[in-house]
Amino acid sequence: MTGRGRRYSLRIGLAGAALLVASPAWAHVQQGQAAGFLAGLRHPVSGPDHILAMVAVGLWGAQLGAPGIWLLPVTFPVVMAFGGFLGLLGVALPGVELGIAASGVLLGAMVAREARPPLWVAAALVAFFAVFHGHAHGTELPPGQSALMYSVGFVTATGALHGLGIAIGEIHRWEWGRWALRVAGLGVAGAGVFFLWGAVR
Amino acid sequence: MTTGLGPVYDGISHLFLTFDDLIPVLAMAVLAGLNGPAAGRRVLVALPFAWFAGGLAGFAARAPLLPPWVTALSFIVVGGLAAMDRRLAPNFVAGLALALGLVHGWLNGDGIASAGREAMGLVGIGGAIFVLTALISAFIVSLRRPWTRVVARVAGSWTAAIGLLLLGWTLSGRG
Repeated sequence: MTGRGRRYSLRIGLAGAALLVASPAWAHVQQGQAAGFLAGLRHPVSGPDHILAMVAVGLWGAQLGAPGIWLLPVTFPVVMAFGGFLGLLGVALPGVELGIAASGVLLGAMVAREARPPLWVAAALVAFFAVFHGHAHGTELPPGQSALMYSVGFVTATGALHGLGIAIGEIHRWEWGRWALRVAGLGVAGAGVFFLWGAVR
Repeated sequence: MTTGLGPVYDGISHLFLTFDDLIPVLAMAVLAGLNGPAAGRRVLVALPFAWFAGGLAGFAARAPLLPPWVTALSFIVVGGLAAMDRRLAPNFVAGLALALGLVHGWLNGDGIASAGREAMGLVGIGGAIFVLTALISAFIVSLRRPWTRVVARVAGSWTAAIGLLLLGWTLSGRG
C-alpha cells in the first residue's frame, strides 16, 4: 500500500472509530419524524382523484408555458396548504368530495381543450380546487407522528406530482405530443366524471 | 442532540437534524440570494449573530419568549417572500434575518438550558448557520438562467405551504 493509501485507510479507520465511540443522540428527542414524513409523502399519492388533479395541473402549466408553467405549481401547494389550515382549525367546507371530483373534470377539460385563459383566471381556478384537496387530505396526521415532517412530506409529494405533470407535459413541443396531451386531458376529465358520479350518488 | 464530540458539534448536528430550524435558515438564505449580493452579505452577518444573541438570552432566561406558532409564522413569512420574488431592500432582508435569528435562537437557548447542556452548543449552531447561509445564498446569487430562479421560488412556496400546515397543527393543538 502506498503512503497516500495508508493515510486514506487511517482516516477511514478513525472516522469509523469516532462513530463507534459516539454516544447515542438521546437529548432533544424527536419522535415520529421519519414516520410522519413517510405518511405525508404517501398521502397525496394514495388517491387517484388527487393524483389525476395534481398531474393535470402540471400538464396544463406545461401547455401554458411561462409564466403559467411555474405559477400554477407554485399556487397549488400554497392554497392547498391554506385549505388544510382551514380544516385543522375546524372550518367546515361544504361539498369537499364534489369539489375534488369536479377539479378532475375541469382541469382535464382545460388540458383537453388546450385552454389559454388569462393567467389570473387559470391561477384562480387551480387555487379554488386546491382548497378542497388541502381540506380533505392535509389534516390526516396519524397519532404520534411529527406534524412538521408530515407537512414536509405532504407538500413534497404534491410538488413531485406537479413536476411529473410538467415533465410529461413537455411533449407538447411535438405535434403528436400535443394530441397525446389532449387525449390525456380527456382521460382525466372522464375519470373526474366517474369520481363525480361516485360523490353525488 | 448529543454527538459525543462536545457541545459545539452537538450544536452543528442540532441544526442539520432539526427541521424546525433548518428549513427557515434555508429559506432565509434563498431569500437573501434572490435579493442580490448586498442582501446576502447583510444576512450572512445578521442571521448567525442574531441566532447566537437570541440563544444566549434564551439560555439566560430559561423561559419561552413567544408562543410556539411563531415558528410556523417564520416559515410563512420568509417562504412567502421568497416565492413572490419581489425585490426587497437589503436592510429589510437583514432585519427579517435578525428577527428570525432572535426568535429561533431564543428557543434554542431555552431548550439547551432546559436540557441542562452547555451554552457552547450555540457556537456550533451559529457557525453552522453562517456556513449554510454563505453557501446557499452565494449559490442563489450565482444563478443566471431564469428557470433556476423559478426553482428557488418554488422552494419558497413549499416552505410557506409547510408553514401554513404547521400553523394549523399548532393552533389546533395537534402539532
